[in-house]
Amino acid sequence: MTFLSNLINGISLGSVYAIIALGYTMVYGIAKMLNFAHGDVIMVGAYISFCATTYLNLPPIVSVVLAMIVCTVLGVLIEGLAYKPLRKATSLAVLITAIGVSYFLQNVALLIWGSNPKTFSSMIHLGSVSLFDNKLIITAESIVTVLACIVIMIALTVFTKKSKMGKAMRAVSEDKDAAELMGINVNVTISVTFAIGSALAAIAGVLLCSAYPVLQPTTGSMPGIKAFTAAVFGGIGSIPGAMLGGILLGIIEIFSKSYISTQLADAIVFAVLIIVLLVKPTGILGKKITEKV
Amino acid sequence: MDKSRMVPVPSNAIMPERDIDKTPILETHHLGIDFGGLTAVDELSLTVGKTEIAGLIGPNGAGKTTVFNLLTNVYQPTRGTIMLDGKSTARKTTAQVNRMGIARTFQNIRLFNNMTVLDNIKVGLHNSINQPLGASITRLFGYRASEKKSREEALQLLSFFGMENMANMQAGSLPYGAQRRLEIARALATHPGIILLDEPAAGMNPSETAELMENIRRIRDEFQIAVMLIEHDMSLVMNICEGICVLDHGKVIAKGSPEEIKANPAVIEAYLGKKKEAN
Amino acid sequence: MNKLKNLNKFTFTNIQSYGIVLLAFIIIFPLQKAGLLGNQISGLLVPTCTYVVMAISLSLTVGFLGELSLGHAGFMSVGAFSGVVCAACLQNSIASDPLRLLIAIIVGGFFAGVAGLVIGIPVIRLRGDYLAIVTLAFGEIIKNIMNCLYVGFDKNGIHFSMTSAEALGLIDAKPILNGPNGAQAITKISTFTSGIILIVVALFIVLNLVNSKTGRAVTAIRDNRIAAESVGIGVTKYKLTAFIISAVIAGMAGALYAMNFSTIKPTKFDFNTSILILVFVVLGGMKNIPGVMIATIVLYAMPELLRGFASYRMLIYAIVLILVMLATNSSGAKQFFEKISSKIKKDENADVQNGGVSNG
Repeated sequence: MTFLSNLINGISLGSVYAIIALGYTMVYGIAKMLNFAHGDVIMVGAYISFCATTYLNLPPIVSVVLAMIVCTVLGVLIEGLAYKPLRKATSLAVLITAIGVSYFLQNVALLIWGSNPKTFSSMIHLGSVSLFDNKLIITAESIVTVLACIVIMIALTVFTKKSKMGKAMRAVSEDKDAAELMGINVNVTISVTFAIGSALAAIAGVLLCSAYPVLQPTTGSMPGIKAFTAAVFGGIGSIPGAMLGGILLGIIEIFSKSYISTQLADAIVFAVLIIVLLVKPTGILGKKITEKV
Repeated sequence: MDKSRMVPVPSNAIMPERDIDKTPILETHHLGIDFGGLTAVDELSLTVGKTEIAGLIGPNGAGKTTVFNLLTNVYQPTRGTIMLDGKSTARKTTAQVNRMGIARTFQNIRLFNNMTVLDNIKVGLHNSINQPLGASITRLFGYRASEKKSREEALQLLSFFGMENMANMQAGSLPYGAQRRLEIARALATHPGIILLDEPAAGMNPSETAELMENIRRIRDEFQIAVMLIEHDMSLVMNICEGICVLDHGKVIAKGSPEEIKANPAVIEAYLGKKKEAN
Repeated sequence: MNKLKNLNKFTFTNIQSYGIVLLAFIIIFPLQKAGLLGNQISGLLVPTCTYVVMAISLSLTVGFLGELSLGHAGFMSVGAFSGVVCAACLQNSIASDPLRLLIAIIVGGFFAGVAGLVIGIPVIRLRGDYLAIVTLAFGEIIKNIMNCLYVGFDKNGIHFSMTSAEALGLIDAKPILNGPNGAQAITKISTFTSGIILIVVALFIVLNLVNSKTGRAVTAIRDNRIAAESVGIGVTKYKLTAFIISAVIAGMAGALYAMNFSTIKPTKFDFNTSILILVFVVLGGMKNIPGVMIATIVLYAMPELLRGFASYRMLIYAIVLILVMLATNSSGAKQFFEKISSKIKKDENADVQNGGVSNG
């Protein structure tokens, strides 16, 4: 039973990673940049939702929508102000700028909300499910997280496969210049990508803090790094890869915590990542890169 | 490889035909490679003599550059063997193959653009400079002597191509023709037994091409090495190559002397004929 | 003439680099001896030296080798804790502080080099962003392992444990490394002079390396890997060499750093520290060693000196960072600067002409 409950916890945590990883992977696929500030957008989302329920007494679902709106605007603003001018700069310059944005968000949060951790009350007011004579309890948070993850996954896949904007995104990720020549507005496409990624980050922030209710300005950074790892794990640039990577990472983390060592759990997660990359250098579902000589 | 051959033998005369050493330096047997389901090169068997100038021609997409990539182990062949001076190059890395004696240039020039011309050549001399890591870091243990030697040798090579006045320019800022020459000089710096030139005359005007032709002959004569080149400029190929191999769709359709190739109906149909129509 | 110019470029970098160090030493050392430096600045001296060394070391990996490393603090950590353990073990046998420090720094460098080898072998097969993420992962792994590492030294010799301090079974001694609490009761033996010497050593290694056979091979690989392979350079060998040298220097810096504090925790050397050093290197101009040194000094000291602004200081730091990146890298800013510089040149020309006329 502990095995099953660990598995469920793992999938649930992994689903959060997967939702965050989607933001990383989409931005990487289309703008070819590592958006290190993505983890901090999660934190902002969680704070907005927290404030909406605590201070404004809004219903949870409204607070989530509000968080999504704020994060979407924030994501587009960050992209437009900090990243767009650097479209032609080296990837390292963009990376450092993203780090700067990350520091900026953390410190603004620190000024507004202070460094004391806030106790995030769960947004999900549903009962948990007990199975096998209460031997296996599945929390409502787990169920909602996994469901949200599945819905997002399906919606995104349909969006990128069927919609006009989704097709534009895939075209830009294949070849930015060729897409531009075909009349696709690359800047708009990239902005939309950031908007989607940031809205997902808001959802992830709420789900993450519902399950692990400590909220502080650095809340987003570690899950951010892990989700980024998950994106690489699954093959960065690939949407199903991000899902797979996220969920596997969550499972590995929970299992190492309960069966090996709490302290070494992160080390094990990263070690597995390294082994996977050595066997498949572009991740589980990543495309093989061939260089033309 | 006999490294003492490095120093150019002073000579102005074009080597007479009968002096060409046709004992093979490079041999391939039934060489082939598949990319996925596509056979890019198949059943390639050819021989290049020790001081021969050989040409590899064929229409676009015939697989010529793929052959060079196979010979330098950038791609591992699916079938067949490559023998260099009687030794197999199977399972060697590109770097090891170079140390065995194959040097090359690239169709799209690949220089170290951010380094000086002189340093580009010095990188080519890498494996003939004796400078252990300890010497590199401390500047002792023969550092000065090895740097001086590599500098002298590099300048000598540059003067072979009349480029000694460009030694301190950035490679990336050189004019196109000079970049091509530098790439050849860098390849020669590795003391090869055979040099592979991938479209050396691409983008050159007739006078530059004539100079290149002269240079290729001088390389063979003074360094006493084999040259194999891919080229679309037929006058160049027919003028300087002693042996020509024609490739079409990854297969050899003809081999022989320039005269034989010119007269071969299969070649005319696959290649020269098309070219005439285009003109 | 050209020859002279080229020689000068290298010597100029060298003179600049060593000159900065010498100047800093000449100015600061007497002030420190005379006790004219406040506590705050005195406390910053050794850490600043350490970060300068770290930045020089990372410049080798990122600037010259061209590989993004996001886990450089990991090597610093290995060097720091192995150095601390070494110094603590030698506490009674070697009385001279500088000698003990020297040995500790060498040991720190050695273990970091070993870590560099272990990490480097898998890492350098990967390319670009994948390499970056794996270095990040290794940095986190090292941090985690250090968090669980217990080391103690008593009359029976040295004891290790991965579980708890009690498991060491020490007799009449306290653990040197105490898991998540890190090293405690370190004898502070690092000095400003030792920091300056370490910078000079790091400069000596990196600057010499750059202008040598090995350095050229490394630069060539970065410039055009395929061409480098085609002229017989073993890419793996030289990438690994540069990576290990960089790790060794970082380890030495770590040992120096640790022995400037009485306690030090493994979490000090986390991802944020790696990023901090990377920021120094990038803003300093990657391969530009004097620039990297100056950027480190300014950027490391700035947040500390901005303490007056208390909670705003990191925010200011973030904004400055973003603005500097935008100003130096965006295409709009580039055009702007080009316009200005061409205008200045024009003005200069005009001045010269005017001067000529008036003189005539």
